[in-house]
Parts: sequence; structure tokens; C-alpha cells
Amino acid sequence: MARARRLVPECGPIRGPSPPPSGTLVSRPRTLFDKIWDRHAITETAAGDTLLYVDRCYIHEGVRHAFDRMQMNGESVRCPSQVFAFSDHYAPTHQRHLGAAASNDPAIRGMLELADANANRYGIRHYGLDDPNQGILHVVPPELGITQPGLLIVGADSHTSTHGALGALAFGLGASETRHVMTTQTLWQRRPRNLRITVNGQLPFGCTGKDLVLAIIARIGAGGGVGYAIEYAGEGVRSLSMEGRMTVCNMSIEAGARAGMMAPDDTTFDYVRGKPHAPRGDDWDAAVAFWRELPSDPDARFDHEVFIAAAEVAPMVTWGTSPEHACSIDDRVPDPAAADSARQRADHEVALEYMDLKPGQRLTDVPIDRVFIGSCTNGRIEDLRAAARVAERGRARITAWVVPGSMEVKRQAEAEGLHRVFEAAGFEWRAPGCSLCTAINGDEIAPGERCASTSNRNFQGRQGKGGRTHLVSPSMAAAAAIAGRLADVRELGGNG
Amino acid sequence: MEPFTTLRAIAAPIDITNLDTNQLCPTRFNKIPLTDPDYQRILFNNQRYRNDGTLTDFILNQPPYRDARVLVGDDNFGCGSSRESAVYALVAFGIRAVVAPGFGDIFFSNCTKNGLLPVVVENDVCARWRAALHEAPGLELYVDLEALCVTGPDGETHTFSVHPTIRERMLAGLDDVGITREFDDQIAAFEQTHQASMPWAFRSSG
Ligand code: SF4
Repeated sequence: MARARRLVPECGPIRGPSPPPSGTLVSRPRTLFDKIWDRHAITETAAGDTLLYVDRCYIHEGVRHAFDRMQMNGESVRCPSQVFAFSDHYAPTHQRHLGAAASNDPAIRGMLELADANANRYGIRHYGLDDPNQGILHVVPPELGITQPGLLIVGADSHTSTHGALGALAFGLGASETRHVMTTQTLWQRRPRNLRITVNGQLPFGCTGKDLVLAIIARIGAGGGVGYAIEYAGEGVRSLSMEGRMTVCNMSIEAGARAGMMAPDDTTFDYVRGKPHAPRGDDWDAAVAFWRELPSDPDARFDHEVFIAAAEVAPMVTWGTSPEHACSIDDRVPDPAAADSARQRADHEVALEYMDLKPGQRLTDVPIDRVFIGSCTNGRIEDLRAAARVAERGRARITAWVVPGSMEVKRQAEAEGLHRVFEAAGFEWRAPGCSLCTAINGDEIAPGERCASTSNRNFQGRQGKGGRTHLVSPSMAAAAAIAGRLADVRELGGNG
Repeated sequence: MEPFTTLRAIAAPIDITNLDTNQLCPTRFNKIPLTDPDYQRILFNNQRYRNDGTLTDFILNQPPYRDARVLVGDDNFGCGSSRESAVYALVAFGIRAVVAPGFGDIFFSNCTKNGLLPVVVENDVCARWRAALHEAPGLELYVDLEALCVTGPDGETHTFSVHPTIRERMLAGLDDVGITREFDDQIAAFEQTHQASMPWAFRSSG
């Protein structure tokens, strides 16, 4: 059962001791986070604010508020070559040969056109609807080699933590901070504290990075990481593929942490090597030598540590309206009466009412109306392969969508014939974008509909007003499509 | 941005733990420009309006709470999406301060960039204040950013802390970009050395 537990019972993000000033000669053991932070610190005020240099800034159509302000003030983008724009949130996922006209909503077309216009006006590289590498802002940069270890990356989106999987320090910003970065290439921040989550052992059969991160959030709570940068470590993390690692880091923000990161290793280097923007030749050798120095020093100190036994993780599903409302698929819907506190009981009661679930109900008895496989959490090639392995064992009883995270993922999946597997099993194969993860491109579920979704947020109305979301892994989503209810993928014999 | 010094105003209780920014600003409103004259309707839109556009009995629709300029919330207020439109919607509705036991990190900094003061006050105190506000609608809260204290509907005063830089900038209504401009030379010098130290990351390719 989910338990919201504050790691540190203190107040908001403004807290924690001032760190030793960067550039001190005493070499203390440092974390991965410290090494990247220190390297990007331009100056630090007496009050503990650090002015950081930003290597990369990722934006999407939604930053219109930042551009509106810049236009009003007559400001320009300081380093256009370090800003990358993506059309993903408003991208239509059908009829894409029509471009923005594929949407019949003038407001959506307007957002797509405005994104184009702003990118042109400020000289920013834009992966727009007609670009062969269009896709979600947290899927495309890693696959093009734009995201690299050791970089400081910000994004106008809370899931920017995804890029930390490559050993970068990456976090999300609101519109005001995004404007600050675009106009100055810097950002004022206070050093967050360091939390290490060590995953011992390897994940069992049927479990993926998604199940691991949901288990972590259920354990530490949706606010458990507030004020921290998380480093994920241990065998259970090292043994994940790059895709699995990105899924874990992606959802750091669902535990309240702005950044989640992992030490770069051979898995990382093998992933980056040969990508279009990756270093080549001598540059490559110099880069790898530098990247190998990044992992936390063995005796580096963390402000807090959490340990997870991978063997205890099972395929997970959320039953409520916060990602911390997660439990194993073989559990039952929790009884609010058994909650830890009166507050938690009230929270669970509201969640169950919205979700229309009864305490004690078996999760595998919950009928499902829709399935969504995609998003920046689980829209990568490995996710689609896992879902296809399950899809080929049956036929979807309900509307099930597969939305690749990028054009590159779509091409690769089609080259492997995955789209045929999905179509033969009655799943719909669509064009890349955020789609049903956030439901602003016109794709949405109807009020009262229940969706098994590989996205990251089960908030009220996230997939459409009145819609109900159960977060699961890609193979669990495919299993739900075939069963027409939440189902345990292990019983279908499909592995994650 | 509008400076914040002190505020005495009607407060409304919001009894939602882990209140996400999707609720403050449902996603479909992200595309609305700030110049929209009725921007305030975005706030809690799913809870405040029925499908036919009529008002529900959500707390912020009821008098006297609809005149509230302060909210008293629960833990992890403003978690989730980084959308600053959640803050714009609060401000457009008239809210200038939110008191809660804890805030989402990104939401917290978005607030401070828009003249909306996030005030961290202990869980028990927030729970008491929410209960008092339900019991006697229309009670006021007093927030003083100079003195760093907040007085609840029960007359109890608590101190709170805000990072000195945030306090200074909010008191004066200063814009971060203007402040950073003073570091232009330092930034340019840093940039040169930094890029030279990892040249592979800054060559244009692909
Ligand atoms: S897929 Fe969802 S979470 Fe990811 S960037 Fe798009 S809207 Fe945000």
C-alpha cells in the first residue's frame, strides 16, 4: 500500500545548509551531482544562490508564455544553438501528412504555428511536425546524442529529469525561468540536497524500470523527493537498459525531485556512440575519459539514503490519483480505514471515489476501457518491443493506442515489423507526440472512461475531464488491452 | 512583477493533499494567452464549472471565499507539471499568498517569480487554520514578508522563513533577468573557459 512519508519533515524547497563554495582546494569526495553542479557554477552569492551555466535548453509549444514576455521586453535568445524546440504536446497523432491541419481545432493549430514562428524568429532549431526527427522533447535529444553525460540541461517541462539517466544534471523549469535561461544562458538555483536510492539485486521476471520507479514512489511518497536531487544506484539500476533507466529518471518528479540521475557507464557510452550529435574521433576519446570521472566518489556523502530490494518489486499498477497510490497487481484496492493517518485516509477516500473503486476489490477484476502505450516515460523502442511481445499473444478487446515517442522510434519499430504485430492484434498504430499522456492535442478519453496507461501521471482529468488513469508498464498495458481488465502480465507469460 | 510586502485578506481552505498543477490549471488552458481578459476562469476550472458553464459549489465559488486572496493548503501543494499557468491562474483569480506545509519545487519558484508568496507553515497549524476557515467563513489571514510572520484566523502568529534572495526580490518586485545582466562579463568569461574544457559538447554537428 502506498505510504506518503516525508523523508525530512521540514519546509519547502528553500532549505539546507550552504554547501562549501565551489573551487575550494580541499578535495572532498563528491557525488555525481556535485561534480556537474560545481563545473557549471559561475558564481555564488553569500546567501547561497548559485548562478549556473546551462549547456542545453529543451522547449516545446507550451513555452509561449516565455516568448510572449521576451517579445514584450524586446529580448533575444543569447545562444540559439543551445536551445532545441520540439512540437510534441500539441502534435496530432493521426493524418500527419496534413501537418497542423490534421487537427480540426484552430487553437491547437495556432499553438503549432506559434511554435514554428517563435523558433524562426529566434533562430532556434525546431523539430516540428514535418521534421524527420520530430518527437517528444525527452525522447529525441537522447536518441540524437544531444543529451550527453556531464551536461547541465534544463527543459520547460517537469520531466526533463529523464535526461539524468545519461549522467547529466537535468531539471524542469516554469516559463519565467525558461525565459531567464533563453535570454542569459544561465539560471539562479540553490543547491538541492542529495538523496541516493540504491536498488540491490535484479528485477524479477515481468518487472521493468516502470515497476521499479512506481515501487520507489509508493515507498517514499509523491513529496518524498522534494528539495533533493536523486541519484539512482545499485545493481538493479546498472542492469537496466538505457531505455529502462530513462523511465526511472523520468518519474523522479512524481516523487517531488526536480532531478534524477544515474552514473554513466559502458551502457551509457554504447548508447551515445555514433548518434548524430555524439562526439566523434578524438573528441569521443576525450569525452569518454571525462565521462568516466563523473560517477560519485566511493566515500561521497549523501544527505539521505533509501535502499530497495529489487527482488521485492512486482508488476505495479496505480489505483488512485497520485503516482504514490501504487501497489502490486496482485494486491487489492487498499482500505482507507487502514491508512497511516486521518489525512491519508481522507486522501485515499477522495481518490477511490474519483476512481470509482471499492476497498478490497481485486485489481485484476478492474475492467478497462482504453489503453495508451506511449509518452516520454514509455514511448521508446524497447517499450514498444515489450508491448508487442504481449500483443502477439492475443487480441485487443478495447481501444488500444500505440503512440511512438518519436519519428525515429516509429521508423525503427516499423523496420522491426512491430506495427504489424500491433495492427494484427487490433491495436491502433499512430504518429509520434505526447497524445493521451496529457490530452491537449485533441486526443482524450471520455468522462468516466478508465485507461491503462504507460504515461506518468494519474492525476484527476489528466487524460481528459472525468477520465480515470491506471499507470502501468508497456507489457502490463498490452496485457490489459487483451484481457479488457487490469491483468498480471506474468500470467500471460510475457516478460517486460 | 508586483512587489509583495504585507497582505491582510480573506482566506480559503483547500483540503487537497498533493494538489497537482493540472487541477490549478487543466491542461487544455495552457494555450490561453495571458492577455485573455477572463484568465481567472482557468483556476480549478474542472472543479469550479459544470460542462454547461454554470458554477459548481466548489469552495472558491462560494461567498465569501470567492473574494479570498490567500489559500491555506495541504502538503506538497502544486506538485506535478511545471506549467507556470497554474500560478498565473491563481494570480488572475486574486490570490497573492498560499500557506501550506510543503510545496512542489517548480511551483514554488514559479510563484516567487510572479509576486505570489508561498508560505511554509507546519502541518498541524495549516490543518487547524483550514478547519477554522471552514467553521467561520470570511476570516482573514495576515502575511508580512518584511517581518516574516503570518497570523492565522485564530489570531496565532507564526514565523516563516524565505530565502533572503527571494525575500529581497519579492519585496522590491525585481526581475531576475535584470539582476543577472549585471553578471554579463563574468558569464561571458566563464562560457569561454567552460566550452573550451568540453569542446565536444559545443561543436555543431548532425
Ligand atoms: S509525454 Fe507527457 S509527460 Fe512527457 S513531455 Fe509529453 S506531456 Fe509531458
